[in-house]
Amino acid sequence: MPPRSVGRRRLANRVVTAGAWTAGAIGVFVLGWIVTTVVVRGIGAWNVAFFTQLPPNGTDTGGGLANCIIGTLVITFGAAIVGLPLGFFGAIYLSEFGRAGRVATGIRAVTNIVLGVPSIIAGMFAYAILVLPSHHFSGFSASLALAFIMLPVMTRTAEDVLNLVPNELRESALAMGVPRWKATLGVVVKAARGGLITGAILAVVRVAGETAPLLFTALSSQYWMSGLFGNSGYFGGPTPNLTKEIFDLSGQPYPHLVQLAWGGALLIIVAVLGVNVLTRLLFQRGKEW
Amino acid sequence: MSTAHVETGPPAGGAGAQARPRRHHFAFGDPLFRWFTIVCAATVAAAMFVLIGVLVKNSWLAIHVLGIKPLTHVAYNPSTNQYGALSSLFGTFVTTILAMLIAVPLALAISLLLVELVHPVVSRILGTSIEMLAAVPSIIFGMWGIFVVAPLMANHVEPWVQSTPLGRLGIFSGAPVGLGILTAGVVLSLMILPFITAVSRDVLQMVPTVVKEAGYGMGSTTYEVMRKISMRYALSGIAGAVFLGLGRALGETMAVAYVIGGNFTALPHSLFANGTTVSATLALNFGESSSKLETSSLIELALILFVITMVFQVIAQLWLARARRMTGSRA
Repeated sequence: MPPRSVGRRRLANRVVTAGAWTAGAIGVFVLGWIVTTVVVRGIGAWNVAFFTQLPPNGTDTGGGLANCIIGTLVITFGAAIVGLPLGFFGAIYLSEFGRAGRVATGIRAVTNIVLGVPSIIAGMFAYAILVLPSHHFSGFSASLALAFIMLPVMTRTAEDVLNLVPNELRESALAMGVPRWKATLGVVVKAARGGLITGAILAVVRVAGETAPLLFTALSSQYWMSGLFGNSGYFGGPTPNLTKEIFDLSGQPYPHLVQLAWGGALLIIVAVLGVNVLTRLLFQRGKEW
Repeated sequence: MSTAHVETGPPAGGAGAQARPRRHHFAFGDPLFRWFTIVCAATVAAAMFVLIGVLVKNSWLAIHVLGIKPLTHVAYNPSTNQYGALSSLFGTFVTTILAMLIAVPLALAISLLLVELVHPVVSRILGTSIEMLAAVPSIIFGMWGIFVVAPLMANHVEPWVQSTPLGRLGIFSGAPVGLGILTAGVVLSLMILPFITAVSRDVLQMVPTVVKEAGYGMGSTTYEVMRKISMRYALSGIAGAVFLGLGRALGETMAVAYVIGGNFTALPHSLFANGTTVSATLALNFGESSSKLETSSLIELALILFVITMVFQVIAQLWLARARRMTGSRA
């Protein structure tokens, strides 16, 4: 190989370094740009009515997204009840029992693939198994779609966290004569709880801002949710939620409705990014294994 | 079952004589717990098979009535009995390719920055902000896209491109409206950027320091170590990262639905023209679908999208598994 001039190699190195810095700057800049846009356009919509009232009728001014805030919380909570325990115990199987076995390897592979299923297909799934047979939309079907997205996320992160627990801890627990299930839940899980809580919170937050799975499941509603059953209940009919309402409002030709949509977007971004940052700060110690 | 364990009392306590019956009790608890966790773990797999089943079942009507017509026709317009999928598929592939062209170099450059160039503390802060970009919900990318990026494209970027010699090319022709394939590709690229960055950063971190130090010891520059050592070492992992990003771009819905323009009846003639993608067609039409055939045809589209993303997901996982084998890591 002929020797290359030091000058050219140094130049190439400088160009690439500068390119890397530019790329990093672009990433941070875009994040800042998006957050600033949402804050600037959305903050004007935040008033008492925004947090306490129903969306405006037709083209009326005023109103708020209170029913949607409640609806989103309920739908997300429903998804967490289904998705988190399944993901948690599934992860226990993979890390404590299955390990490198054939069953566990297979399940892990499928879990990774489900991780990549587009969220709109999760919505289609819930539509096909719940909305079509029952002939009505429901908040519960939306929860199920979100749980389907949350499940593999929780499984994989929980498994990674459990894998970090040193084997000596398991061995010493078992050496005390403790049954396996107690050693797992009382010692291994306890040792990994920081990471598990972080994983669970991040999995929940990740689906809280989803829109596509709600389009054909929760739909949207201009009214308050009333209880669980009946036409405007969680199981019985269209359920108000922030993201679908934002989607509908932002397509309106009236500036005050679009501003309401920005207000909703601000609430979502504050909640999602806020919880993300807080969780990382609070539970960082869980990562130190 | 669990009460049986409670009755046996704290396990660490008893003397040798009591050990045998107690072990007998525990022998019940452990298999039960094990089976319970297996069932939970298998739920994901079961859900995926049910998903495939219901997608096939519900698109059966369209498959039966329309045959292969969707794959040979462009226009999707149920009111005139047109159920073509090509406009959607074309848009999906073009926007994905655009997004990859922008996102992959950026993501590789950022992961190089994070792993090789900056102080670990800076790297952590920078890495976290890139991860935050991944946490921004799709709908917010969409609103930002339609209210901020689209006007910028229409008023500045697209007219500027047309004023340069490139503007004579057909792919940059047409009125600069801001909504369309190019804008969708740009927004999409920023959405998949953090995913590709995160995975390629992780695989680059797996490259043993000794190997890199050997490179530096030979007098290599950072760039040379990166290109000739780190990248080669981590190649299959990076390939996995790229396919992972690709799978995401193919299925991304809301942001694209906002900025693509929603042209379901014709192939876009240029990058500035309105188009649609599979997921955008689903998001924008499914709610209004009025006939069984229409619903079924859309579910068939979802099935096609599912199969495509699954293929890329499997490819991604195979590359990542290879990377893991090569580096002996469990990550």
